[in-house]
Amino acid sequence: MTGNMIMDYSLLILFLPLAAFVIQIFIGKRLPRQGDWVSISAVITTLILAIAMFASMLIGHDPEFAQEASFTWLDMGAFHIELGFLVDNITITMLLVVALISTMTHIFSIKYLEGDIRYSRYFAYLGLFTFSMNGIVLANNLISMYMFWELVGVSSFLLIGHWFEKESAADAAKKAFLTNRVGDIGFFIGIMLIFSTLGTFVFSEIFDGIAAGKMGGTVLTFAGLGLFLGAMAKSSQFPLHIWLPDAMEGPTPVSALMHAATMVAAGVYLCVRLFPLFTPDALLVIAYVGGFTALFAATIAITQNDIKKVLAYSTVSQLGYMILSVGTGAYIAGFFHLVTHAMFKACLFYGSGSVIHAMHHALHKKHDHETDPQDMRNMGGFKNKMPVTYWAMLISTLAISGVPLFSGFLSKDAILAGTLSFASHHPTHFLLPVFGFGAAAITAFYMFRLIFMTFHGQPQIAEIADDIHESPKEMTFPLILLSSMSIFIFYTLPYFNPFSDHGWFTELIIASDAAVPGNPSAHYIAEGVHHAHYTAMALSLFVAALGIFLSWTFYYKKKLSADEWSEKLKPMYNLSLNKYFFDENYNRFLYQPFLKLSGLVAYIDWDLYDKYFINGFGRVTKVLSFFTGRLDYDGLDQTIVDGIGRSVRQAGGILKFLQTGRLQSYLLFALLGVVIIVLVQSF
Amino acid sequence: MDSLNTYLFIAAILFSLGLFGVITRRNGVAVLMGIELILNAANLNFLAFAKYGGMNIVGHIFALFVIIMAAAEAAVALAIIINIYNNFRTINIDDVRELQQ
Amino acid sequence: MIDVAFWFVVILTLGSALIVVLNEKLVYSAIALLFTLFGVASLYVFLWADFLAGAQVVIYVGGILVLIIFGIMLTNRITSVNISHTSVQKGMGGVAVLGIIIVLGIMILNTPWYQTEFVEPAQTTATIGTLLMMEYLLPFEVASLLLLAALIGAAMLSRSGE
Repeated sequence: MTGNMIMDYSLLILFLPLAAFVIQIFIGKRLPRQGDWVSISAVITTLILAIAMFASMLIGHDPEFAQEASFTWLDMGAFHIELGFLVDNITITMLLVVALISTMTHIFSIKYLEGDIRYSRYFAYLGLFTFSMNGIVLANNLISMYMFWELVGVSSFLLIGHWFEKESAADAAKKAFLTNRVGDIGFFIGIMLIFSTLGTFVFSEIFDGIAAGKMGGTVLTFAGLGLFLGAMAKSSQFPLHIWLPDAMEGPTPVSALMHAATMVAAGVYLCVRLFPLFTPDALLVIAYVGGFTALFAATIAITQNDIKKVLAYSTVSQLGYMILSVGTGAYIAGFFHLVTHAMFKACLFYGSGSVIHAMHHALHKKHDHETDPQDMRNMGGFKNKMPVTYWAMLISTLAISGVPLFSGFLSKDAILAGTLSFASHHPTHFLLPVFGFGAAAITAFYMFRLIFMTFHGQPQIAEIADDIHESPKEMTFPLILLSSMSIFIFYTLPYFNPFSDHGWFTELIIASDAAVPGNPSAHYIAEGVHHAHYTAMALSLFVAALGIFLSWTFYYKKKLSADEWSEKLKPMYNLSLNKYFFDENYNRFLYQPFLKLSGLVAYIDWDLYDKYFINGFGRVTKVLSFFTGRLDYDGLDQTIVDGIGRSVRQAGGILKFLQTGRLQSYLLFALLGVVIIVLVQSF
Repeated sequence: MDSLNTYLFIAAILFSLGLFGVITRRNGVAVLMGIELILNAANLNFLAFAKYGGMNIVGHIFALFVIIMAAAEAAVALAIIINIYNNFRTINIDDVRELQQ
Repeated sequence: MIDVAFWFVVILTLGSALIVVLNEKLVYSAIALLFTLFGVASLYVFLWADFLAGAQVVIYVGGILVLIIFGIMLTNRITSVNISHTSVQKGMGGVAVLGIIIVLGIMILNTPWYQTEFVEPAQTTATIGTLLMMEYLLPFEVASLLLLAALIGAAMLSRSGE
């Protein structure tokens, strides 16, 4: 495939979903079947194009492949902004992931949202999201990255709040949006720090500038951390992780697409793209944030009973893994995990969607609207009722737990090897591998807990057990496809060694050297990873087996009682169950003081300033006018005094309207401001 | 009389008068008239620069587009004013303050 | 002779513009606007913009002004010719606008404007037509789309609710 074709294909992949969005939002409702076929055919086309690009990448087999195209967007003398696209092997792989998951989500949604009141709008927003996600993937500069970043945030907001009649959904959408704003401020500061020093937004030029020593030291560290703050919010890293579990209020396919596979991975993708510019200090912060998040979120996931909440915290934890690997320098392992995780986590979410769908219908039949269809304590014994869902979820669970023969084993192993090698070079940071392996053990434990509680044992609500059925084909097809993508050979071809990640991925996607002088080279890091490979593999196999075994004794054999143990570890159990009281503490120490402060400002403005100052001014004016009026009638010339009175009243009127929302007074003040500024400037 | 500055001064005065209308008029239609004056002042500048910059016809094209834009703007603005009138029974724009508090 | 005509046009334009923004009767303002627009069209003639002078008369006087008068008539009882419309914040507004005039005046006098040698007047219509159909075809088509959108939008907006 020639370079031009690659660009054409990329642009088609980018803009087809946008076209679907425009059609859906304007005329979707009037089309037959509410136009879902428009969106679906658009994403299927992007999938075909992405597969074609991917195939050409495999055939071309060029690890150095990169294609850039850009155009001038703004040219204002020194301020020159170019927008453009960068297509390399990372981009092509990521495009395929997005196209695949997006297509599966569209197909899954046909049945899952059947009969929804905003069916066509839902598909429109999915198209908008796919467009903006592809934009992030293709961006070759920080400005277009930032624009698409915001667009992704908007579509996330719209889709989480899809059922905005439900207050919790509307609140969750707001929370997601606002939490992401915090990160965006950091992102923007980072962009501007880089632009003010280097004068460019384009990735390659930034790296060149840094390598040439034009930017470095503390400024670069802060710029990197600012950019990472954006990634933290999007990838819901501690302490900005609070929005992702709430985001599960959105429809389940949306959770699979955005809040598991692609959008939350945008933060990781950003770190992967910008890896060369992070200084050692910044990388260390990144590693600790990621590692801590991995462990911390995993400990919360153990005690959650809502099936989607378990998966949500598991996502946070896995994203922590990827961030950890960026921090340790083995960032390609993080990207590898991003790809494999996208497949099995999306599959797990579809599986949970399928279970919830079945529960919902069974409960609906019994006219039971009280029981929570997402609570795992109400499930159990679905194994034979929903065999396809069961097997798909089991395969994905094996993958996420890091069992050999599945994709998760390869990618997790690579990350853990990177962490081990980092710790062996820097023994003071021994906590990082502890975070990593600890999280791996806990992950295996809670994922099997989910499987055992949902599919094994006796049905907890006997009445509905008969009404649980396998979901329709539109929903099982994505499950089958994505679970099969979790088998190792898809990532190791053309080799068949399930214990080594050696394959097209490691051959075609290679790490680039850090641009910051003094950072270890990619070769050095790869060497270390290779060295730690077998130790990491043995350790990760051990912890995974431990987790699975514990889960099996607790929830399958019931040799140990989970209730008893939770009694024994009451304080820890409560902490975990309540998510370490993060929302409560944020509320108490962040939101409430802020609201109080706002209240105080409002009080000063309204009760003190308005009541005494403005009204007092008005009253004085009135008294004055009264006296002047008397004087006027008593002897002074009518016209002069009338004039004074009128101007006084005008002044009072203007002052009174200072805060009234009258457009024309605002315009007037703006004008006066302009005049004053220009006069001050010129004299 | 025949100098660039004369035209620029005329346009500046016309612009300021239009601005004055926009700021002070209470009636929506009258505000619209002020906007038309502003647009005319801008056009006058375009054409003056076109003439004294060597009869550059691109300035004329720009002025033409401004006129087109003004036509569209007037139509939509009047439709909005009529809509406001239907809803509030007034076109005094300072009476229309739904957004205040 | 030409000088006299020029200054007459200037005074007509600015004087009627003054009436537009100051007169208390809306209909008078509208009629004064007619003179302003004619005055500006005449200034276009002085600027050798023959085509635009024509366009100004046809579009502004024939179209927009009629539209504005329709607007006045539709939103008031037609019987009362003395539709008054008071002004607000005249004092402050006057100060601000005076400031703007001063600022603009200083700017006009102090800026070294780009000027070329005197160029012979030419027929502009043909050139404008060529340019519109060649270099500015896309903006031209976009403009027609804008007008269509404005047409539909205006019709939608002013329709009384069903």
